[in-house]
Amino acid sequence: MIQIDALTKRYGRFTAVDNVTLNAEPGRVTGFLGPNGAGKSTTMRILVGLTDPSSGSAHLLGRHYSQLPNPGREVGVLLDASAQHGGRTGREILTLAARTMGLPKSRVAETLERVSLTEAEAGRRVRNYSLGMRQRLGIATALIGDPEVLILDEPANGLDPAGIRWMRDLLRGFADDGGTVLLSSHLLHEIEVIADDIVVIGNGRIVAQGTKQELLASGETYARAGDPTALGRALQRAGHTAEITTEGAVRSDADLATVGQVAFDAGLVLSELRAADGAGLEEMFLQLTAETQRDHLESPEGKAA
Amino acid sequence: MSTATIAPEPVDPGGRHPEASRRDRVVPAPIPFARLLDVELRKMFDTRSGFWLVASIGILAAVASAAVIIFTPGEQLSYEAFATAVGIPMAVILPMIAVLAVSSEWSQRTALTTFTLVPGRGRVIAAKGLLTVVLGAVSMLLALGVGALGNLLGTAIAGVDPVWGLTPAVLAQTVLAQVIGMLMGFTLGTLFRSSPTAIVGYFVYAMVLPTISNTLVMVNDWWRENGDWLDLNWTSTRLFDSGMTGEAWAQLGVTSLIWLIVPLLIGLRLTMRSEIK
Repeated sequence: MIQIDALTKRYGRFTAVDNVTLNAEPGRVTGFLGPNGAGKSTTMRILVGLTDPSSGSAHLLGRHYSQLPNPGREVGVLLDASAQHGGRTGREILTLAARTMGLPKSRVAETLERVSLTEAEAGRRVRNYSLGMRQRLGIATALIGDPEVLILDEPANGLDPAGIRWMRDLLRGFADDGGTVLLSSHLLHEIEVIADDIVVIGNGRIVAQGTKQELLASGETYARAGDPTALGRALQRAGHTAEITTEGAVRSDADLATVGQVAFDAGLVLSELRAADGAGLEEMFLQLTAETQRDHLESPEGKAA
Repeated sequence: MSTATIAPEPVDPGGRHPEASRRDRVVPAPIPFARLLDVELRKMFDTRSGFWLVASIGILAAVASAAVIIFTPGEQLSYEAFATAVGIPMAVILPMIAVLAVSSEWSQRTALTTFTLVPGRGRVIAAKGLLTVVLGAVSMLLALGVGALGNLLGTAIAGVDPVWGLTPAVLAQTVLAQVIGMLMGFTLGTLFRSSPTAIVGYFVYAMVLPTISNTLVMVNDWWRENGDWLDLNWTSTRLFDSGMTGEAWAQLGVTSLIWLIVPLLIGLRLTMRSEIK
């Protein structure tokens, strides 16, 4: 329900977004992963019409964002939880959003409850909010119109582990209800926990995309047998690599079916047979973005709010 | 990492939800302009600073009136003295309200939410502009009303008959002069989209430029002859007098075009097109 086609944004000679094409589908949580300054936020701002692209197009629900008659009722957006007037209370900020969208007043209290902000917290001015509370308020603003699509830029920033789990469940429920979710993060763990599909961006360019399983798979097979050495030898005789892991399992470059067949032919009983874990998204992320990383081989730190 | 991979995966790999896209949704009705007016009006009052800025209109009008009663000898009391006194704080506060109505969206970064909920930026700015003018006119009527009460009270205390003296036409001109000041603030807000810059810009316009103009009048013959067609401060100040001639109105029109309309159009264009971060 989000279609971005060959999107490019240049600032003078600097290309912030370089020919980005991606789809986010209903029922799925799509994670937009990349180091700081990779072009995630610019892409999202273009998506909601706050920035004009140099070329390419972005559509939501088949239309350009500016063609949505009352966008808050169809697309929930959180771009920067800190971009609020510090002198307004959380409840007031939600009330303004509800009024703009033409929603009944009762939705404000309902939505506050949905994001677990208490009455007392909602009555406080936002300048006294922690980043985590601002994120909850921002998510409330995105959710209050009961939208079909959610666009969230770094929504997990400032949330504690319980908060991240809460958001995962919330987004999971939203997607299971048929909603489309696009969320960005520069932290691998968040994306790994929350997303179904992952788009990795570096230096404005998409460097990898696919389902989480596809990106996690290493292409190797992991098998356990009663006699790992026998299985390893059988695999090597068949012309595949085989090594015994520290846990006493066998890891091979043969695919699942081949390993199963080799074990069967050798009369070995397998107690486990599956695709081997990849080096993890972290390794992939660091590899894919190595040339675009500011700090080589250092994991990205939380960016200043 | 390890906990994430061990945790049960809630969705199977190919788990698209076929029924998902069939959710029945009604395309919502467009946002009516009246609703934008309602929301933008609320935004002018719903912060402490905004509330006190608007409240200060009434407070300062009362303070100015009280000052006239205390410091003006009874026989010199007239409505003109009160109207002039309440006009001075208005000339400072009203343009600030106008500046902040626009620039605070950028300085406080609320523009990110505002223009996401209403992508038609022109409609939001139009709502702000309309409210600014209405608020300016209402504030001036309120201030002039406070001044009228001051006149009644002051003359009663002094034991003299109240002198009114100001014609409705001049009062209307006074309101117009204040609205021009507000539009100047509004224009600077759209041009700079930054509260400090626009406020400084307004004081340069209202305080520095008249001094330069007055100096030029003394040293430059051409400016003495033609400055009236170029100096909006001067042409709008004359609205406070009763002697507005046809030429004075023409000069007001020309200077408004140069100082208000053209910059406002440029400011609006920048506001429509600028990237919001």
